[in-house]
Amino acid sequence: MSVAANAATGTSRLYGIMAEFDEPADLVRAASAAYAAGYRRMDAYSPFPIEGLADAIGMHRSWIPTIVLICGILGGLTGYLFQVLAMGVWYPINVGGRPYNSIPSFVPVTFELTILFGVLSAVISLIILNRLPEPYHPVFNVERFARATTDRFFLVIEATDPRFNPAETAQFLRTLNAREVCDVPE
Amino acid sequence: MSTPIATPPEPRVQPVVPAEQSEFPVILPGYTYDAVEKQIGGIVLERPITFGWAVGFIGTAILVVLLHLAVVWLLIRGVGIWGIDIPVAWGFAIINFVWWIGIGHAGTLISAILYLFRQRWRTSINRFAEAMTIFAVMCAGLFPLIHLGRPWMFYYLIPYPNTMEIWPQFRSPLIWDFFAVSTYFTTSVLFWYSGMVPDFAALRDRAKQRFAKVIFGILSFGWRGSARHWRNYEDAYVLLAALSTPLVVSVHSVVSFDFAVGIVPGWHSTIFPPYFVAGALYAGFAMVLTIAIILRPVFKIEGLVTMRHLDNMAKLMLASGLVVMYGYLMEGFMAWYGGREFETYQQLTRLFGTYGGWGWGLLLTNVLIPQLLWFKRFRTNIWWLLLISTSINIGMWIERFIIVVVSLHRDYMPSAWGYYSPTIWDIATYAGTLGFFTFALFLFVRLLPMIPAFEVKEMLSHLRHEEQTA
Repeated sequence: MSVAANAATGTSRLYGIMAEFDEPADLVRAASAAYAAGYRRMDAYSPFPIEGLADAIGMHRSWIPTIVLICGILGGLTGYLFQVLAMGVWYPINVGGRPYNSIPSFVPVTFELTILFGVLSAVISLIILNRLPEPYHPVFNVERFARATTDRFFLVIEATDPRFNPAETAQFLRTLNAREVCDVPE
Repeated sequence: MSTPIATPPEPRVQPVVPAEQSEFPVILPGYTYDAVEKQIGGIVLERPITFGWAVGFIGTAILVVLLHLAVVWLLIRGVGIWGIDIPVAWGFAIINFVWWIGIGHAGTLISAILYLFRQRWRTSINRFAEAMTIFAVMCAGLFPLIHLGRPWMFYYLIPYPNTMEIWPQFRSPLIWDFFAVSTYFTTSVLFWYSGMVPDFAALRDRAKQRFAKVIFGILSFGWRGSARHWRNYEDAYVLLAALSTPLVVSVHSVVSFDFAVGIVPGWHSTIFPPYFVAGALYAGFAMVLTIAIILRPVFKIEGLVTMRHLDNMAKLMLASGLVVMYGYLMEGFMAWYGGREFETYQQLTRLFGTYGGWGWGLLLTNVLIPQLLWFKRFRTNIWWLLLISTSINIGMWIERFIIVVVSLHRDYMPSAWGYYSPTIWDIATYAGTLGFFTFALFLFVRLLPMIPAFEVKEMLSHLRHEEQTA
């Protein structure tokens, strides 16, 4: 839907303006150009991860590695301390004269819990940081966006951006070698 | 250096063998993003039920019923319906446990280790290899559970606060095993599922029926391919791969501790952990190859799973097989060099004792026949590959039979020697898990995307980029 067509029918609020590209390289170039032009509240959509795309729209790091490191260490401590407490303090059992704190015997479970906590935190933080599950999102209102998971690349500049202006932003996106530019209703 | 500063930098990751020089490409020419999605998604969304699929599905479903019968009868009568006794108290249940969990390992190797090494050819085979892992671990987990005697008391293995105020014995390899296998299963499922989310989103967007749209919409969590999501996703995925890599090594090491910590001749050996891990990968690659060879012509995916994949898997299978053979040699050497008569006797009885035929069968199926993999002619012929991988699947089962049964039946005291033979219920349970494994794979290939479409598309975009810059 073009801007004009939407203006004619449109009663709904505008979420943003979407540009469609054929190639990943075009999308990265457009995203960098939009960032350079001062736009900040935007997002890019692609069927597969593209190197440098997140950087181009101003997202420079993910918190996931930090979270996983902390949770992995916590998992290892949990595993080890639990075994020492259970085997040596809460219900001490003498097995063949081994010490209550049998370090070598406690390695496997300590290791497995390190991995388990790390894996669970990676998946859970991935879901939470991405704010999923999110069954409804305005971008799905654009019919052509169905191809975003197959073979098309999209850039959306959101209406909440301070520099956003429906006509100017659409005009700006058209200069970026976009295949099509359209409105995204809320 | 005389190189001018203005020269554009070389790409960071150079393929080991440039695409044009290698004989077999990782993907046949002519694929576009849409064609990849159409082929992979089409199998799930559009392909009608074929006669062959229906026959296979019903046939394996009958075996699943047999598995249920065998387990219900076991719950009614107890483990006495099996051939186990003293001294051979471990029998089929533990053989099958080790065999199944070993098969799972190649799936994790392909999905995690080859991902960390940036091996492109991993891309189109990792999904069904991971599915194979999950179904194999399910079959594996069943065996120790029903071997417990009172399976309904299995929760004693879990450290939970109870009125008796006692805890599981953490110095016992059996508890290590419980933690290793349950962590392995959880990790494999999460790794598999997170890999599928973007593909579910693509299926949601492609589906025409309302029902499929809703189901894949729910499964995809509302994934929309946002660049911010991809950044988190890639970081999480590489970490899952990095965590799975030591995990997969630990799981079969812990399985080997079940044996190596015991003092039975033929078990008490430090070679066991590496030898078990290599054996697991060996058996696993044999199973992935078998599945890939069957899937290729049936679903016409020769363009995505090419000879390159089969050839590379065959090479890895040979490499892990050589480590296994080293393990055999070392067992023999240590028995001789250690000078303990029980160990020496154990090694000799494997070839010349009551079960001697199994020993020679092992050498034939697991050592001799796989040597054909040295030759390219055999590695690139699907019939030979199918034969060799079947031989290895059988051979690795025989290996576990020898480790479990032959070691136990000749213990220290001749008065405690015994003989083991399986009963019909042992065989029914094993056949039942084989049926369940195939049944689950039949469902998987029709209901879920068996090749990670988004990863193939990503690889395609890199290949196109390389072509343009070359």
